[in-house]
Amino acid sequence: MTKKSLEINDVSKNTAILSKVNNEDLMPLPWSIEEGESKDIVQDLKDKYACDLDDVCVLNIPKPQSKEEEQEFVDKFITGMKKSFSKTDNWTFLSMLETTMENCAKCNTCSDACHLYEASGQNEMYRPTYRTEIFRRIYKKFVKKEALSDLRNGKIDLNWKTVARLGEMAYRCNICRRCAQTCPIGADNALVAREIRKIFSQEMGIAPPELHEKGSVNQLRTGSSTQMTAMVAKDNVEFIDEDFSEETGYDFKTPWDVQGADILLIHNAGEIMAWPDNIAAFSIIFEAAGLSWTLSSEIAAYDSINYGVFYDDVQFARTAILHAQAAKNLGVKKIVLAECGHAHKALTVIADRVLPEGLKTPRESCFPLLRDIVNSGKIKFDPSRNNFPVTLHDPCNVTRLMGIIKPQRDIMKALCPQFREMVPNGPHNYCCGGGSGFAIMHRNNIGDWRNKLTGRKKISQILNAFSDTRGPETEKYVCAPCSNCKGQIRDMIEHYEMLDKEKITYGGIVELIVNAMVDVNPGFINWEEF
Amino acid sequence: MSLFVYLITYIGIIIFCAAVLKRIIAYINNPPHVRWELYPVGHESGERAEYGGSYLEDVDWWKKPRHVSRINELKVMIPEILGLKAVHEYNRPLWFVTYPFHLGLYFTIMFMVFIVIGSFAQILDIPAAPIMAIAKFTGPLGFILTICGAVGLLYKRITDQNLKIHSCFEHYFNLMLFIVTMGLAVLTWLFVDPDFLMAKTFVAGLISFKLTAISSPLFLLQIVFMVATIAYIPFTHMSHFFMKYFLYHDIRWGDEPNINTPKTDAKINVVLNYPITWSAPHIAGHNKKTWAEVATFNPEAEPEKE
Ligand code: SF4
Ligand code: SF4
Repeated sequence: MTKKSLEINDVSKNTAILSKVNNEDLMPLPWSIEEGESKDIVQDLKDKYACDLDDVCVLNIPKPQSKEEEQEFVDKFITGMKKSFSKTDNWTFLSMLETTMENCAKCNTCSDACHLYEASGQNEMYRPTYRTEIFRRIYKKFVKKEALSDLRNGKIDLNWKTVARLGEMAYRCNICRRCAQTCPIGADNALVAREIRKIFSQEMGIAPPELHEKGSVNQLRTGSSTQMTAMVAKDNVEFIDEDFSEETGYDFKTPWDVQGADILLIHNAGEIMAWPDNIAAFSIIFEAAGLSWTLSSEIAAYDSINYGVFYDDVQFARTAILHAQAAKNLGVKKIVLAECGHAHKALTVIADRVLPEGLKTPRESCFPLLRDIVNSGKIKFDPSRNNFPVTLHDPCNVTRLMGIIKPQRDIMKALCPQFREMVPNGPHNYCCGGGSGFAIMHRNNIGDWRNKLTGRKKISQILNAFSDTRGPETEKYVCAPCSNCKGQIRDMIEHYEMLDKEKITYGGIVELIVNAMVDVNPGFINWEEF
Repeated sequence: MSLFVYLITYIGIIIFCAAVLKRIIAYINNPPHVRWELYPVGHESGERAEYGGSYLEDVDWWKKPRHVSRINELKVMIPEILGLKAVHEYNRPLWFVTYPFHLGLYFTIMFMVFIVIGSFAQILDIPAAPIMAIAKFTGPLGFILTICGAVGLLYKRITDQNLKIHSCFEHYFNLMLFIVTMGLAVLTWLFVDPDFLMAKTFVAGLISFKLTAISSPLFLLQIVFMVATIAYIPFTHMSHFFMKYFLYHDIRWGDEPNINTPKTDAKINVVLNYPITWSAPHIAGHNKKTWAEVATFNPEAEPEKE
């Protein structure tokens, strides 16, 4: 089936897959990079799960084995959809869902804003409104039961393939909300993708393992999605303290569980494992600035992740409450979120109308605080240490969804003489391609798909930002101050061999700050250790 | 016949108002939703409005006064309402047809307002020539622009493959309805009521309940179509003409923080005690019935007793 001929109701057809993006369909990259062939999904997986959408399988929907199971699967989905439109079961998002269902003009203004739609060569399946329109037609016909719905709203057949494909399709979107930003009406197709994810998780018990079993469940069970217990996390950070004290020549110790400290800093615990330099940099800066701060070893409070934001309101609320409870127990004045975009939005914005009165310790982003520290004169900097081309990636959760734009730029301008913006940027940025949980998915060919498709626009923005400084002779730095974005950008740099060919590396913002600190040995950022 | 049309008009206006109110009340009666704002937020003040920043850019933002600029909000709203700025910026080919359509409707609404004013003037025996002069200008312009826009939109929906896939019977029907209704309005203007005196008399009759007989069948047919179209609008996606207010102000720009807001706290207390019936194993089956119970229960840390 070609992308041109895809109609809404094709989703219900009994075909092997709905659509596929071939290499020749992909949006060209600026530096004429050749794409290799993607891996196929292994047969085992196809036998077990409903991999009926395209050549990727994210959600692992168990394949119904009989007509009865097929019907049960559809019925469960419809039951879940009804709950999505219930004031009690979905009070959190009902207003947004209803207004998007009822007011979209189907004008397709939002399509071109979507990096996936563009990167896929405008494959209809990736159009922001495609999955929404399927959802809407099912809703109007089977839940709202509008008279003459097929005629009024367009035809939709409902069978298990429709539902399975719709579920998978909810995971062909980064929930970056760039499409919503361009909608003249204010409708939100990203929200619909998330609502579909919620029906699958909250009603049908189906969610990608990285987000659920290995993600939020681990977070609630051991305290971290990394499965690090508090003791392991403390040991690791102690090791980081020692290691980096030696390396940087700046002696520091990360404080834990300081009762009554001003600030509870919460990191994405993935940083402890993958980017210890980020943990060390925060500690160095906070110590050098003389802040009263602490980490917490309470359950979930040493890991800011809250994957519920991506797929499940209940898991979201449980995690947010644990974070807030830890702050209350320590009696801190505020929670500061370290470099993790979704954690920023989860605890600062979404939890704002979820947390009950007793748990409302104020929450803020690390970026304004870091900007104030840099500008305060408390720490001496030598910006010439950062005299290499630097560009800044804006995590959607921090910029488009929270409006935190300028503090990062103030730091860049103060400390990075060769700072250059990507285009577009700020609230109009493009998602890195790892948003809404993809960055932590490496299963089967998901990594390939992320590198080629979801991150395509971002890698092309990065290349364009450095177009005046090509080649491996000049070291370049992509500042991506968010754990998930960093994971995605790391994978793309590897995939496109950007370190070897172009000497492009990546990291957070605190690494750049420490790299410019006079009291720290030069060379905190090191291109050889990528 | 005239009496029948007067009756239909009253009913049509009542249906329109009731349907609009019903939608608005339903929205207002929804439980409070979580914050889901999207930047740039129109009412941000100062330079933040320019680059899409927010009060969250400040350290200890909850201790600082929050500046909300209604002027900045208007600076976003006016070009959006009057110029369809988002479509102009992000979907220029569509703007060329949807803009005349919307502009036509704006002129038509203005025309109706002036006719109503003119009718009041007629009832009160006040001269209203300048008002009627504006009505004479805005009416035909509105009808013709709407027809041009609707024909353009219809053409786009039929010929543009991308739009066609997402178009259904209702889109075509709605556009045809506008073309026919406005077409009748143009014919009435051209051949029956060039100075809109009949229209003014009809509306004055509606207002004063003195239902003067109108002899022109074309005029009456035009009224029936106009009223039916107006009554029909709030039942379609065109309800966005008033729901957009909530989509923008309550959702997209709904950034009010829950700091020192006892009203919000009280509302949160209510929703946290709502029952929850989602069936997945991590939610159901722990004998927790409300959101508060489910959210404060950690099924992983507290394995259930046998
Ligand atoms: S979501 Fe908005 S931009 Fe997209 S088709 Fe609907 S009305 Fe148009
Ligand atoms: S949220 Fe982002 S990825 Fe999803 S449809 Fe919209 S623009 Fe595309």
